[in-house]
Amino acid sequence: MKPIYLDHSATTPVRQEVLEAMLPYFSETFGNASSIHRFGQSAKKALEDAREAVAACLGAKAKEIYFTGGGTEGDNLAIKGVAHANRKKGKRLITSQIEHHAVLNSCKFLEGEGYEVTYLPVDRFGIVEPAVLEDAIRPDTTLVTIMLANNETGTIEPLAEIAEITKERGVLLHTDAVQALGKIPVDVEELGVDLLTLSGHKIYAPKGIGALYVRSGSRFDPIIHGGHHEGHRRAGTENVASIVGLAKAVQLATGEIPCVAPRLAALRDRLERGIREKIAHVHLNGPPERRLPNVLNMSFAFIEGESLLLNLDMRGIAVSTGSACTSGTLEPSHVLAAMGVEPSLAQGSLRFSLGRDNTEEEMDFVVESLIEIVQRLRQMSPLYAQEAGGVES
Amino acid sequence: MALDGYSEKVMDYFTNPRNIGVIDNADGVGLVGNPVCGDIMKLFIKVEDGRIVDAKFQTFGCAAAIASSSIVTEMVKGKTVEEALEISNRAVTEALGGLPARKRHCSVLAEEALQAAVLDYREKVGRKT
Ligand SMILES: Cc1ncc(COP(=O)(O)O)c(C=O)c1O
Ligand code: FES
Repeated sequence: MKPIYLDHSATTPVRQEVLEAMLPYFSETFGNASSIHRFGQSAKKALEDAREAVAACLGAKAKEIYFTGGGTEGDNLAIKGVAHANRKKGKRLITSQIEHHAVLNSCKFLEGEGYEVTYLPVDRFGIVEPAVLEDAIRPDTTLVTIMLANNETGTIEPLAEIAEITKERGVLLHTDAVQALGKIPVDVEELGVDLLTLSGHKIYAPKGIGALYVRSGSRFDPIIHGGHHEGHRRAGTENVASIVGLAKAVQLATGEIPCVAPRLAALRDRLERGIREKIAHVHLNGPPERRLPNVLNMSFAFIEGESLLLNLDMRGIAVSTGSACTSGTLEPSHVLAAMGVEPSLAQGSLRFSLGRDNTEEEMDFVVESLIEIVQRLRQMSPLYAQEAGGVES
Repeated sequence: MALDGYSEKVMDYFTNPRNIGVIDNADGVGLVGNPVCGDIMKLFIKVEDGRIVDAKFQTFGCAAAIASSSIVTEMVKGKTVEEALEISNRAVTEALGGLPARKRHCSVLAEEALQAAVLDYREKVGRKT
């Protein structure tokens, strides 16, 4: 059986259509988009067509799209850019405890510069309560940044409700839509956001390319200084091939939502149902309803995630875990912690994130594999023996 | 297959752990938790005439923790309790063909579980005599 990839929230392969769209821009149409000769101008045309295309998919204007080197850069640019440009108005920001580290660590960096940041709590599903956010706004708050969908649990945040509050209070609103794009509709007008980050490699475009939408009239400073590219907001010769690939991927991903999202949700539900029916002591992390169609985060009580993950990998199944043992810092997932998930359950969490090529047979094979692995690992767990009155003791 | 920087020996003990389980009426039981990442190890020893004749383990933890606890049950068998106390986490790590730096604390847990089991044994013996 060929390996089963269930880690699409981590990254995706480049789609054939995307690759083909990009190829001419490595060699044939290689010009520098800043050059005024014909080589430069054909690159420039590809660049501006891509900008138009991305804008159209988001309900934005072309001049509101800035290409970046990925989601991390987009988040950094949005947060530091708005904070710096508006520092005369105030040095206060609001975010949530479950943001991606690109957001959290940009905020930490600004704290080092004397900014004050409020990290809003979430409920047990990982949802930010708009009323709590409203209470946190002060006259000197310049930016609220709340992700559209969480990368660990798939939880979808109430951005439109939050936008009504920020609009009324005259505060800019940024959202990290890196995981949401291509899974749920993302329209900057419907959401009411002022800035929005997206990244290519989560939607079958290459790594290292992304874009930031900034509503016209919103002040933000660059974080990379150099030439006049991207309206002086993001210096560096444009990565035309990747930008063309990004635009193609955004068009495909957003256009295909009506047919792909229900299919992914059905597959995801099949996986979830199989696990629940066949394995005891499992817990869903995240809301049953308000989550991305392709994400399932479950905790398997009494076992640790790295052991689970490696055992699955040996059977060709790729997933990820919120376990402290794999986190590099040896701290459990900050997202699950903020949701109030017990540490030992967070240790046993797995994230399955599906993509367009996954099949029903694969879901069934994953369930079968999990049954065996979970049983084996539980048999060697002192917690299982204790708490479930388990096998041997 | 060396996954995530693990040696083949670690993967072998992880996928095929020796001496899993409990010893009924064990002479010593050590239960320790890992303050770093929250994992738990339980080690059981059977002692006859001052020598460890059997050892078993249960572990809630990563591949390194499972491999460390499994190999330590092999290392102690046949040793006197005094000799067992001298088994260091370094010896466990070496026996496993090394561990990634961020996983060293998992072998410390194995050393601590062994020491706790031996201390438990000594207490029990002390109480009897
Ligand atoms: C929610 C979220 N934001 C930001 C990023 C970072 O994006 P990139 O990998 O393109 O820097 C990721 C992906 O890791 C993500 O999931
Ligand atoms: S037991 Fe957690 S890192 Fe090894």
